[in-house]
Amino acid sequence: MSKSDVRSMLLAGVGGQGILRASDILCMVLMEVGFDAKKSEVHGMAQRGGCVTSQVRYGSKVYSPLAVPGSVETLIAFEKMESLRYLNYLHPEASVILNTEEIYPPAVNMGETLYPHDVIGFLNKHYQRVIALNAAELAQKAGNIKAANVVLLGAASTLMDIDSAVWENVIKKSFPQKLVKLNLDAFQMGIAA
Amino acid sequence: MKKQLMSGNEAIARGVYEAGVRFAAAYPGTPSTEIMEEFAKYENVYAEWAPNEKVAVEVAIGAALGGAKALAVMKHVGVNVAADPIFTVSYTGIQGALVIISADDPSMHSSQNEQDNRNYAKFAKIPMLEPADPQEAKEFVKLAFKISEQFDTPVFVRTTTRVAHSKSVVLLSELEPAEDKTTLTRHAEKYVMVPVVARHRRIEVEKRQHALKKFAESFPENKMEILNPDVGIITAGMPYNYAKDVFPDFSYLKLGMVHPLPEKMIRHFAAQVKKIYVIEELDPYLEEQIKAMGIAVTGKEIFPYTNEFHPGIIRDAIFQEKSGAISPYQDSLAARPPNLCPGCPHRGLFYALKKSKAYVHGDIGCYTLSYLKPLEGLHSCICMGASIGMAHGMSKALKEKGKGKVVGVIGDSTFLHSGITPLLNMAYNHSDALIIILDNSTTAMTGMQEHPGTGYTLMKNEAKKVNLNVLVSALGIENIKVIDPNNIKETQHAIKEELESSGPSVIIAQSPCVLFKRSHIKPARALTIDPDKCEGCKVCLTLNCPPISWKNGMTREGSNRKGIAVIDETLCNGCGLCSQVCKYEAIS
Repeated sequence: MSKSDVRSMLLAGVGGQGILRASDILCMVLMEVGFDAKKSEVHGMAQRGGCVTSQVRYGSKVYSPLAVPGSVETLIAFEKMESLRYLNYLHPEASVILNTEEIYPPAVNMGETLYPHDVIGFLNKHYQRVIALNAAELAQKAGNIKAANVVLLGAASTLMDIDSAVWENVIKKSFPQKLVKLNLDAFQMGIAA
Repeated sequence: MKKQLMSGNEAIARGVYEAGVRFAAAYPGTPSTEIMEEFAKYENVYAEWAPNEKVAVEVAIGAALGGAKALAVMKHVGVNVAADPIFTVSYTGIQGALVIISADDPSMHSSQNEQDNRNYAKFAKIPMLEPADPQEAKEFVKLAFKISEQFDTPVFVRTTTRVAHSKSVVLLSELEPAEDKTTLTRHAEKYVMVPVVARHRRIEVEKRQHALKKFAESFPENKMEILNPDVGIITAGMPYNYAKDVFPDFSYLKLGMVHPLPEKMIRHFAAQVKKIYVIEELDPYLEEQIKAMGIAVTGKEIFPYTNEFHPGIIRDAIFQEKSGAISPYQDSLAARPPNLCPGCPHRGLFYALKKSKAYVHGDIGCYTLSYLKPLEGLHSCICMGASIGMAHGMSKALKEKGKGKVVGVIGDSTFLHSGITPLLNMAYNHSDALIIILDNSTTAMTGMQEHPGTGYTLMKNEAKKVNLNVLVSALGIENIKVIDPNNIKETQHAIKEELESSGPSVIIAQSPCVLFKRSHIKPARALTIDPDKCEGCKVCLTLNCPPISWKNGMTREGSNRKGIAVIDETLCNGCGLCSQVCKYEAIS
């Protein structure tokens, strides 16, 4: 079997967190620097509060938009407990970017089960590189909680060797004029976190 | 050429436009909906949401018979609805051009079944192309229109969810000229399908099939890559990419056209490799036909029949191993099922309906989510429009035993899709069932599409809005009540009264979807729970409204409470249901 240079990222969270927009931006950045890039997600039921995941794969030539379980190099978890749901997709040496925001699923809301305890500790025990940040709080500081997705992209960009000017250009093109500054600030906050 | 990141659906819309097509009709359905939404954005096009897929296909056939190049779009189960005209337009052929998109949903991400619509191509004797990614999706719809014109046939293009909803780099092409070839030309001897004509056209279909088989042999999108004489893979669509990801060096026969198959090419490929795998999701559609050619292949003996694939499934099947990547996290994790939105008008309706203890036949829409705990509002759901006929049938069969106990619920868009005729039947053949039309003034589940009850068209023009009350009355229903489902008492009362009344009745529960952009109702003030008044009875939690959660502890002197309910003000739409169910007046 010939070796491919394809790398895989997984974005996971809850409907409404801007995961699909984030993976679009990620793909456009990768395209911009010359990679072949593919992303895949499932729309529909997920818009109603369910789990949302998006896979992004890039390299000189990408065939499958879906990765082999156990091969994903980077997980961007948009919600704390959602980081645990897809660990079978991760390579043992994967990096994890974790939004420490908690969004309770119905069973936790109803008091039937508890929200998982010490997620960061667990991830730190199993993965060499875990970047944990409260993206929602940082986005709030930048001006709008909805920019949490771009905060997380900022954090992810520190693991990718891509010039920040490319990121900024794509971010500028991805939002209406009045939201550009806010999102650029959010991106910087993610880098600094 | 311009490069763009596009989903399969966006690429199809672009391809259709590049091909000079300016006419399309569809009914929304995941994973096909965005094709029409994107197509409608292009200049000088006509695009419409038809009330259902059968109508959409008939509209497209009409346009094609007038010489236009026409597109009809639907999800896989929509082809069932449209099957009647599709099977016969295969006989008549088309004057202009006609392409039908079937968007299949392996794994049933948003569907009630995972039928493999490649079978329709063979069944209806209509050629079918199957793209593997967005770039191919764009090119294949263009080829489909060419084939349609060249062979005087409707053409299917089949996508699956992963093609429709994955995004990748697409090279845009120049637009082909959009020539107006429309004309009013009569060919009754070709288009009137009375037996004497149909028998003649039946022969033409076989002639066309023969010509298409020949065409398939040299169709450039049926591609052979001989890289390895030991192992060859025959595949089509997205599974090609999965296989290439894990086995880049095997030999491949990738079929861009899955009906009819290029038999000579398949034999030629088989002669050049020792071992052949047929890799396809769902049915052994290619496998059975290739085996019938007398060619030994391995297929469903090792590959699953169910659900969509990914590269790992293919690798494990061929290596006959279970590599099974294991999560280090082994504790159970609370599920995050989709839920009705905060302030959704369906929540009040199903809360009230549950109290009636009726058997509830459900239908397809957001309200199907009420099946889940704790609302548990449905006891059956088969397909679009089925709730009414099923409620009527059950009521008739049970007679006295079913009196006051059988209900059908259906959304406004679904009612207009295929609920009108069963309601006419229910009125005419007279049963005691109660039908509740959940009128949220939009097609919510697929993302707020227009329908005849909204008063607007896909092209954003105002239109004559159907009056559901008048329509239901015209069908022969005499007991009709219009209620606000956000008022639980009123809703409960109306349900009780209509269940007790004899003969068919309809309740129209009217309240716009909270996500609906055209609704001018501002969300009400977010509610709060007074921690001094909350007794921790958890009644409000049984609404399963996302902003309401349980907080352990918070005990209080003089109360047995073990905790309290709290409302996340950033999520609350202020619908007030929780304050209606609270017995302690703790919510305001």
